[in-house]
Amino acid sequence: MADAALTTSSSSTARQAQRNRALSLNRLTPYMFMAPAVFIMAIALLYPLGYMVWGSFRDWDPSQTIGEAEFVGLKNYITLWGDPNFRESLWVTLKFAFFVVTFEMVIGVGLALLLDRNIRGMSALRTMFILPMMIAPVVVGLMWRYMYHPTVGTFNRTLDGLGLPTVDWLGQHALMSVIIADIWQWTPFIFILALAALQSLPRSALEAARIDGATAWQQIWYIKLPLMLPVLIVTGLLRLIDAFKVLEVILVMTEGGPGLSTEILALRISRTATEFRELGVAAAMSNYLLLLLLALTMGMFAFTRWQEARAARVRMAAEEDS
Amino acid sequence: MPSIHLDNLVKRYGEVEVLHGIELEMADNEFTVLVGPSGCGKSTTLRMIAGLETVSDREIWVGGEPVSHLEPKERDLAMVFQDYALYPHMNVAQNISFALRLQRRPKPEIDQKVREVADMVGLTEFLHRKPGALSGGQRQRVAMARALAKDSGIFLFDEPLSNLDAKLRGQMRAELALMSQRVEKNMIYVTHDQIEAMTLADRIVVMHGGYIQQQGSPEDLFKRPVNKFVAGFLGSPPMNFLDGEIEERDGRAFVVGDGFALALEGEAAASAKGHSDRQVTLGIRPSDLRHDADAPPEAALSLDVMVSEYIGSQSVLLCECGGAKVMVEMNSENRVGLGQTLNFAVSGRGIHLFDRKSEAAIH
Repeated sequence: MADAALTTSSSSTARQAQRNRALSLNRLTPYMFMAPAVFIMAIALLYPLGYMVWGSFRDWDPSQTIGEAEFVGLKNYITLWGDPNFRESLWVTLKFAFFVVTFEMVIGVGLALLLDRNIRGMSALRTMFILPMMIAPVVVGLMWRYMYHPTVGTFNRTLDGLGLPTVDWLGQHALMSVIIADIWQWTPFIFILALAALQSLPRSALEAARIDGATAWQQIWYIKLPLMLPVLIVTGLLRLIDAFKVLEVILVMTEGGPGLSTEILALRISRTATEFRELGVAAAMSNYLLLLLLALTMGMFAFTRWQEARAARVRMAAEEDS
Repeated sequence: MPSIHLDNLVKRYGEVEVLHGIELEMADNEFTVLVGPSGCGKSTTLRMIAGLETVSDREIWVGGEPVSHLEPKERDLAMVFQDYALYPHMNVAQNISFALRLQRRPKPEIDQKVREVADMVGLTEFLHRKPGALSGGQRQRVAMARALAKDSGIFLFDEPLSNLDAKLRGQMRAELALMSQRVEKNMIYVTHDQIEAMTLADRIVVMHGGYIQQQGSPEDLFKRPVNKFVAGFLGSPPMNFLDGEIEERDGRAFVVGDGFALALEGEAAASAKGHSDRQVTLGIRPSDLRHDADAPPEAALSLDVMVSEYIGSQSVLLCECGGAKVMVEMNSENRVGLGQTLNFAVSGRGIHLFDRKSEAAIH
């Protein structure tokens, strides 16, 4: 009898050990599946990033390998702060991003509010509205450069034909012209997201508002916009992040000129690396931009997380009551 | 409070006509219930009164004025929606006061009104909650309070209870009945639930396929349905239908079918004799069948019990008569064995006859 009990218990320990092994293997499985992705990320993302950070601490000419470049510590970062050209460029970037995002939000949301209805041909119209977004940025730049041309450009020829004074688009008003082109290209992005947000609003709440006596404006102001707000905030932040990185269109249209009037940061970085042959400074500048965008992104994540937390709290309260 | 007149209303979506002339008169302070199965046009009718759907043809008259060209806000009405339609970003007090704030009423008046209606529906402690933090029943109350705060003459309900669970629905139904007695408004209520219709209505309007089938008091419709659809739609468990033929034997009228031959009395006999077509459908409500072993065969059905559903003091027996299924209500104290054959007396008033082709009642 005792023998029998002993055998059972020893065999059960063996089984236990086997189960533990299986369990720990099971626990590793997700990491094994993630490993290839982590490996590729490390090579494609972390390595270049680390390289850039490392390079930003050196006085580095493109003819040198990174090992030959002299280590200068934070010198690049400090000189940049004192560099009026960098400050000007940062200021231009901030101005560009602010105007572009503001106008795109207003026009995009406005269009979405106008076109959120069922009229014949509306789907074709909607498709047309989002076309600019699908054109390659270089092409957009070339197209607008042509249209802005002082003598043969579409705008000035039209103005001339109407007997109006012509405008020096890419000269005196270069920043404004560049901003207009960007608005043309990226308003559709806000438009489609705002339209999607509008169409997912609860229909009956809007009907209730109509019965409660809200005019079309009051429906927009008191019901539609507040309910769309979470989507609009994320959309605006996405656009803002993108606006800080814009390069091709401006490069093609103005190359940053005249003077520094349209030299946004991305352009300045590229010129610092290629024309001025200062890789370390360019890297430091990139890191400043990266930090700025990182802050914005974190802000966006913080916002969505805050929203989810609030929704969860509200749900909890509701469940406790019922 | 204004009376409402729907003058042969027609609604078309493109080529498809969904309402084929709805003629309806709703008097002051009346609780009218539009009831019918899904797709019968009851919600569309209500939404046309509200102004949320356009009228394709003819006119809606409120207090003698045509209103079909008016916006919803110009029609002096309040509405409670099936999914409550609360404004999710506003708290309960803001939801209730939205219409008043749009009218730019003075703030003390608004606060007073909000407290008053919140008290009426029992929401006082939740005034600062957002709708997301309320249970289904509480949201329903907010919707009700919001409609009450508007002080409109017409009160529309679009299936307001159908998103609630059975127990809460019963409770809210009773509160609604109470409220409708307290506030003097012209109420129009849409539901697919015949029990809600029977318990709440001053007047029921039964709709089917875009037509009004019958309108009248709940008792009227229950006792004297004009056709087989109305007879089958109202009442639970529903009316039993058996196919039969009118026959005359020794001067008396009988309705004869597979497994039964019932004698007709009084008016029923006269109208059955006068009816041209012999082919009829016999309708008997489960509650009009009474277990009686000694009832004579010309006033009784002999039924084979197949299933017995115990639901407390009553049991519902599913039986067979000839080839047809018949349901009977019975006191649960009488134990019934399955497969037993029992005799059920039919009271003379419990017999309804319908023309088998047109399904119209034979009176």
